Amino acid sequence: MSPMRVQWVAFQTIVTKEVRRFMRIWQQTLLPPAITMTLYFIIFGNLIGSRIGEMGGVDYMAYIVPGLIMMSVITNAYGNVSSSFFSNKFQRSIEEMMVAPVYPVTILLGFVAGGVARGVATGVIVTLLSLYFTDLQVHHVGVMVGVVLLSAILFSLGGFINAVFATKFDDIAIVPTFIITPLTYLGGVFYSISLLPDFWQDVSKLNPILYMVNTFRYGVLGVTDIDVYVAFGMLVLFIFILGSYSIWLLRRGTGMRQ
Amino acid sequence: MVAALAVENLSKVYGNGFEALKGITLEVAKGDFFALLGPNGAGKSTTLGIVSGLVQKSSGSAYVMGHDVNGDAFQARRSLGVVPQEFNFNQFEKVYDIVVTQAGYFGLKPSEARANAEELLKALDLWEKRDTPSRMLSGGMKRRLMIARALVHKPDVLILDEPTAGVDIELRRSMWEFMEDLNKKGTTIILTTHYLEEAEQLCRNIAIINKGEIVQCTSKRELLSQLTTETFVFDLCESLPDGFSLEGFEFSSPADETLEVTVEKGQSINRIFTMLTEKGLEVRSMRTKSNRLEELFVNLVRESNS
Repeated sequence: MSPMRVQWVAFQTIVTKEVRRFMRIWQQTLLPPAITMTLYFIIFGNLIGSRIGEMGGVDYMAYIVPGLIMMSVITNAYGNVSSSFFSNKFQRSIEEMMVAPVYPVTILLGFVAGGVARGVATGVIVTLLSLYFTDLQVHHVGVMVGVVLLSAILFSLGGFINAVFATKFDDIAIVPTFIITPLTYLGGVFYSISLLPDFWQDVSKLNPILYMVNTFRYGVLGVTDIDVYVAFGMLVLFIFILGSYSIWLLRRGTGMRQ
Repeated sequence: MVAALAVENLSKVYGNGFEALKGITLEVAKGDFFALLGPNGAGKSTTLGIVSGLVQKSSGSAYVMGHDVNGDAFQARRSLGVVPQEFNFNQFEKVYDIVVTQAGYFGLKPSEARANAEELLKALDLWEKRDTPSRMLSGGMKRRLMIARALVHKPDVLILDEPTAGVDIELRRSMWEFMEDLNKKGTTIILTTHYLEEAEQLCRNIAIINKGEIVQCTSKRELLSQLTTETFVFDLCESLPDGFSLEGFEFSSPADETLEVTVEKGQSINRIFTMLTEKGLEVRSMRTKSNRLEELFVNLVRESNS
């Protein structure tokens, strides 16, 4: 059997296992974002949003929907890989892959695909829920799909690196709590940065999540605070950097091999 | 002929400075049933960890079926099945899924993976438990699950790191039968165990490792021929009389009605029976004090420590 054939089957195996894992514990993986986002739609969209009126030239509810979808994609892609890979390390079941003829890049692609699958699955659930609250338009389907996939890949890689260095379960909660969540809230999910003073607009432009949220919003509504080409360029660049670093970590066996 | 496993000048120094392996050299022939024995911390698991890709070597080389475990890891790992000392499967996954998933990591087609998994789970009496989450299994079942998982891709070489630890006697014997049968079918087996009667029963060649160095590496027959004395325990029907003696033998009486006699190579046990009969002492039963390999193992490790 050729090495490529083995890698392909191994990749499919990892992805199947990852999808089976998050589907098996759907109460912990798919249900919470559905509940949280519904609350956001009700509280920020309906109750508060009705008093705000328009933002960026569109109804406030329609304005926040793309941001909330991206928020769920990002956090779930990250959370899936960090918790799954760390759990594999913790239970030492990662050794199942390490004793097998699976290339590091195959392991990485398998986990990332699992993260993307969960990110997209929650994104679809939140999108379907949002249809109950507002009409969703599609300005540019290619931009929408592209930014969702690239963002999910990027945050899956982030979750992977987090899990490689984590030594206890607390370690995989630190980055989402203290970095991803604040950056998401400050990334233009609920407001346009054009409302901010110039200084804070410039500071906001250092936040990578702002680019993802605004690019997705452009794909949905056609309104954005940033240049979507810059956003795609940044995403590809960061995916390349984090991807290369992840493969290097896997090859060294950091956190896995004694 | 290419060896199933060849290790040359292999050394390992851990991050804390502990030198687990000091340049060991070892060869296991194809089709062999080989035991790697040693006290705790001797370097057995480190050696097998390097061979299976779980531990990074510091220097030296290791080959599985002629494939360098670092330079040609793909082929080396395809030839190898590993049953580690500690349970290392996902506790939440079902037995069947664990075995089929492992087959996928080796590139087996789903139909082949399912067929192999069924065959192995049946052979190891786990088929009825195939839909049970692995955490619900008993210790013995978990051990068998790891054996099924390691064999699902039909490897040429199987590493068993203490496969029967914590397993009851009946189950251990059935596992021995399974391993013997597997070896007869051509799988090279490398076993580490603390049950030396297991190694004596199953293995043809034995290496003893201590403090990261190979103390002995030879055939079981050759090793056992080094044994110069053996201690026999006689259970007597009555206590030893005062002033009891046994000319030509070293002996002691650790308990009433018990006689321990050390017999040197070349001495006949018949003489002991003759002398006991002459003294009017009846023997109820007789056994060796310890397993022969165990005695030799203790001697060799003691010598190496001193």
